[in-house]
Amino acid sequence: MTAPSLFRDRILPVLTVIAAILVLWHGAVIYLNAPFVRDQAARAGQSVTLGQIVSQTLNQERPVLPAPHQIMAELWDTTVAKPVTSKRSLVYHAWVTLSATLMGFGMGSLLGIVLAVGIVHNRAMDKSLMPWVIASQTIPILAIAPMIIVVLNSIGISGLLPKALISTYLSFFPVVVGMVKGLRSPDTLLLDLMHTYNASSTQTFWKLRWPAAMPYLFTSLKVAIAISLVGAIVGELPTGAVAGLGARLLSGSYYGQTIQIWAALFMAAALAAVLVSIVGAAHGLVLKRMGVKS
Amino acid sequence: MTSAASVVSARDLGLTFDTNDGPVHALAGVNLDIRKGDFVSFIGPSGCGKTTFLRVIADLEKHTTGSIEINGMTPENARLARAYGYVFQAAALYPWRTIEKNIALPLEIMGYGADDQKRRIAEMLDLVNLSGFGKKYPWQLSGGMQQRASIARALAFDADLLLMDEPFGALDEIVRDHLNEQLLKLWDKTNKTICFVTHSIPEAVYLSTRIVVMSPRPGRVTDVIESTLPRERPLEIRDTPEFLEIAHRVREGLKAGHSYEE
Repeated sequence: MTAPSLFRDRILPVLTVIAAILVLWHGAVIYLNAPFVRDQAARAGQSVTLGQIVSQTLNQERPVLPAPHQIMAELWDTTVAKPVTSKRSLVYHAWVTLSATLMGFGMGSLLGIVLAVGIVHNRAMDKSLMPWVIASQTIPILAIAPMIIVVLNSIGISGLLPKALISTYLSFFPVVVGMVKGLRSPDTLLLDLMHTYNASSTQTFWKLRWPAAMPYLFTSLKVAIAISLVGAIVGELPTGAVAGLGARLLSGSYYGQTIQIWAALFMAAALAAVLVSIVGAAHGLVLKRMGVKS
Repeated sequence: MTSAASVVSARDLGLTFDTNDGPVHALAGVNLDIRKGDFVSFIGPSGCGKTTFLRVIADLEKHTTGSIEINGMTPENARLARAYGYVFQAAALYPWRTIEKNIALPLEIMGYGADDQKRRIAEMLDLVNLSGFGKKYPWQLSGGMQQRASIARALAFDADLLLMDEPFGALDEIVRDHLNEQLLKLWDKTNKTICFVTHSIPEAVYLSTRIVVMSPRPGRVTDVIESTLPRERPLEIRDTPEFLEIAHRVREGLKAGHSYEE
């Protein structure tokens, strides 16, 4: 056994995968964008060499698949080079989406926890609610999102809340399922022990069920925050593409701005990664405070 | 003999579980009196109802026929009055609580004051020889230490009756011997009444003032043996003729009550 090394064990594998993706990506860029280059050349009555094809496919204005450096340039241009208040700033759009994501995530998690507590403590709720909770997720979100936006808009609610509600709709589900499992996870022995102490159900909840459910809660929250972001983006699509990452995706596809679409996608992915890691860090912190063997 | 000194008094006690394969008679016609300060062991093959009897005392199961009183109360009222501490086969410590927090658990639930809790925790840790381990988490302790912490937790509040369901069953022989010796000292010091379920004959004989021999199908008491051993018992007592004599009687009782034909 050699000593663990950060570079060899953590960084090298990641870099290898990134390098492989970049190679494949560039191959795909040349392959997918070449027909357009050849077409243009044929129309102009010129012949093109392979080298010209390659260099042109990597620098098209509206490529089928933009090259990574084009996306990076667009990201740089729309985040660092533009003031954040500008409607063309990706930071501004990301913030719009993020605020809806966080609001939806908060409401969804709270709703999920409340429903789970009800389901665990009340047999009637268990029997009546659980099937609906599961059925709610079989409805395609793309179908229900415009309905929510339109209905709420007609009663004068627009902006942040409708988008957050779509996030809520998606994110409460993993929290309910995880928390029901978590709150039911304590061993019979531990529940019997509470019974011998003549503990009230409130005491059993706070001293046993709730702490036992923590690992389940955070696992669910990681899923919930990621799909909250998806919900917020989907919620921005039917609003007429005013603001947010969803709006950037939609307007990009209207005008064939593939580079803009990819930049928004990268921004969304980065946002999701950051959000999930924040929840993950909170998870680690809580478990550490609960004395879990690390 | 239902005198005031009787801690547990069972009369014609029976418990039948209704299962899909028909009724199972876990207990039938059990008559037993446990006096204050007794150390009573329940021994018998699996399915003889020894654990079930303990769980009936603890109000974790409801008996179906006969009657049982704990300190002159029904099991439910005795539980509400927090008349007993229960030690399970597994230590059943809460993994997210330190040892002292685990001992504090019943005290928190029963509403003891902070100072009182602190004093009792220190007292209990001392009693089970775990002083200095209060801040440790259960996974940092050995199995024997965990079980000792679990006993400390059961003794932390003022219950006079300690119910122990094969508490040392999962531990190795050396640790078990050591804990048996400590348990006897603890019993002598605290003057609690202890009901102890085991399937080890030497353990039952070494610990008990009375040994209740049980047999299965239906679960019933076949013999109650009064121990003639002195209260002071070094581990070496297990090599004396007197000890072997009692062990022999327990073995005979087990044999008589159990059919080996199946």
